[in-house]
Amino acid sequence: MKLKKGKYFTSILIHLVLIILAFMCLFFFYVLIINATHSHADLQKGFSALPGKSFIENFKNVANDGSFPMFKGIVNSIIISTSCAVICTYFSSLTAYGLYAYNFKLKKFAFTFIMAILVMPTQVTAMGFLKLITRMGMYDTFFPLIIPSIASPAVFYFMYSYLQSALPLSLVEAARIDGSGEFRTFNRIVIPIMKPAISVQAIFIFVGSWNNYFVPALIIQSKSKMTVPILIATLRGADYMNFDMGKIYMMITAAIVPIIIAYLFLSKYIIAGVALGGVKE
Amino acid sequence: MKKKHKSISYGKWGYLFILPFFITFFVFSFIPLINTIRYSFFEYYRSGIKEIGPNFIGIKNYASLLESDMLKYTGNTLILWIIGFIPQILIALMLAGWFSDVRFKIHGKQFFKVVIYLPNMIMASAFALLFFTMFSTKGPINSILMSIGITKSPIDFMGSVFGTRSLIGFMNFLMWFGNTTIMLMAAIMGISTDIFEAVEIDGCNRIQRFFYITLPLIKPILAYTLITSIIGGLQMFDVPQILTNGHGNPDRTSMTLIMFLNNHLKSKNYGMAGALSVYLFIISGILCMIVYKMINGKNSEK
Repeated sequence: MKLKKGKYFTSILIHLVLIILAFMCLFFFYVLIINATHSHADLQKGFSALPGKSFIENFKNVANDGSFPMFKGIVNSIIISTSCAVICTYFSSLTAYGLYAYNFKLKKFAFTFIMAILVMPTQVTAMGFLKLITRMGMYDTFFPLIIPSIASPAVFYFMYSYLQSALPLSLVEAARIDGSGEFRTFNRIVIPIMKPAISVQAIFIFVGSWNNYFVPALIIQSKSKMTVPILIATLRGADYMNFDMGKIYMMITAAIVPIIIAYLFLSKYIIAGVALGGVKE
Repeated sequence: MKKKHKSISYGKWGYLFILPFFITFFVFSFIPLINTIRYSFFEYYRSGIKEIGPNFIGIKNYASLLESDMLKYTGNTLILWIIGFIPQILIALMLAGWFSDVRFKIHGKQFFKVVIYLPNMIMASAFALLFFTMFSTKGPINSILMSIGITKSPIDFMGSVFGTRSLIGFMNFLMWFGNTTIMLMAAIMGISTDIFEAVEIDGCNRIQRFFYITLPLIKPILAYTLITSIIGGLQMFDVPQILTNGHGNPDRTSMTLIMFLNNHLKSKNYGMAGALSVYLFIISGILCMIVYKMINGKNSEK
């Protein structure tokens, strides 16, 4: 009897802690979205927990602001992140397959090398990268933000682990006997098998690229090419506490709500991906 | 061992398939790394519109970095990381223990998992801007605190060292504890249920079980979390950069190493940026080695 009572209290305690943590996670976004619906004048009066009526007006103000082209920024971010997700997943799968299915002399060396640089921060090469990009004439373009994602050790490792568990080599062998070329085997047989791994990684790469700030801020100069994080930083750099606060909240909303919505739809796969990874970012 | 099929004739396809990775790595990471190291030995900066250098000056950049505030920024980075990491690992361990214990009936488990992972998805820079706005003296947090009577006059959170550092640590905590929880949970679920049943029969209580069975068994993943978190902490940039507008206010007490690097890159002081990068490269190289050893150990166990 005593034991049961203790268990009951523990259960209450657990739920209480969970509710507090969930509150901490959601509170800031709640305030953000509520404040995005209030006009500047309303916001000056203090915080109100209920939504206001200025959502459409704030939205229009953000859309028509030429000095902080938020919607152009979202389009740029979508172009870059999507390209990264496609290129990175394809080439990481290709590399993983190349090292998994074939035997060649430098195989062990190549694998060891990639594993050694698995968690190397990109920032340490940023200086040389910036110089190189300038010399190649790619300064202030999207290319330096997309092409380097071909070489992503962490994504490679995930794909490699997946291949180990999902692709029997006899299948490759069978395709060969049926006369399928090596590239064709990869594109028609291996890629479909890897679909679950590819979709999980595509989500992570998209989000990572969408949120990336350090490198894009070094490369992109012109306003029309800025991505969302750079615009956010520019906004912070301006003396923005004197701006229309309703508009500011709407801009932050525009930067993070698309990801929140996508997350809510894909959360099942994302959380499974995190648990599965263990060893990756 | 894999079967030895007609590997010799197909080997060239292996090379071909891994070629794009290595070319890309060579061009966009290796050449930049070599150049970074090379320039670190040169006096090479821009003053106004005039470019000075590159003139070879040996290890002068390294020496002057040691005399500059680099060590202070290293300390800042470490402190900011610790403030976020300690609550992160403790809460994550606790939650992972609860979530993976079948004897606790947690209602809405999936909901909580989704919610605690949510902040990790958010753009760190936008999250920092949101915090800056919300915790400013005229912001909603002060408005709420004043209306419920906790404080009479607005608190200047970002005016004090403690306030700024706590906010950064708190943001890092919020962004990462869900991720760590899910990873640790996966590790705990991976432990054979036989072990738990056996110790239960032996009369081991929940707390004993956690400290003597669960913790030792998930040690590898805990160590992995620790090292990757240190690497992440070393790279800390977005949150303090946006929150303090790149100044690391008050009095550069929240300036991190990468912010310092960013300042050198923005002011086009390539020599100093190079030397600082080399310092960072050495530290992260050591950490990379540790991670490599861990993963390799894990793979060969299989």
